[in-house]
Amino acid sequence: MLIARVIGELVATQKHASHEGRKLLLVQPLNLDGSNRGDAVVALDAVDAGVGDRVLLSTDGYSASSAVGRPQSPIDMAVIGFIDQIEILPGVS
Amino acid sequence: MFLGRVVGCVWATAKNPQMEGMRFLLVQPLTPELQNTGRRLICADAAGAGAGELIYWVRGREACFPFLPKEVACDAAIVGIVDEVHVKRPAAAPAPAERKNPKRNG
Repeated sequence: MLIARVIGELVATQKHASHEGRKLLLVQPLNLDGSNRGDAVVALDAVDAGVGDRVLLSTDGYSASSAVGRPQSPIDMAVIGFIDQIEILPGVS
Repeated sequence: MFLGRVVGCVWATAKNPQMEGMRFLLVQPLTPELQNTGRRLICADAAGAGAGELIYWVRGREACFPFLPKEVACDAAIVGIVDEVHVKRPAAAPAPAERKNPKRNG
């Protein structure tokens, strides 16, 4: 799982039937210092997240599709939680 | 899933029999600002996408799910056609990170 920030939404009318009824979010994975980690990705929303939220991003197909409640659906990324706080132990760089 | 644009078609006459009738499209991955990023790849089409269209694609084992019950050997598939992209990056966020891995540079 990755830390990510929701930076936008996609509108898609023609898509796989199992994606109907869930938001398609553009999420930017983040490093611990808040800088961007690679490129933004598209994830299905499982928790009703919105633009600006810091979220937990699952990047595995099985966990993503089960979080959305649609097994055997072509989903490889899903927003599965909101992050309230991150605490890093002292001495860890 | 990833954002991309269809930039070409791929034909293969001799292929795995399970893949008969499938379309293969050349996809250029994009950033949310619709700038090219990374290298182009071939995706199986599960959304009826056409040349030049903005799409989103899925990679890995999940890419063969749209073709069930056929068990096709594919690792990237187009699963939706994008009509609109709404992006609102936070003002404080740094610009998109420079790529450290040159292998993904297109």
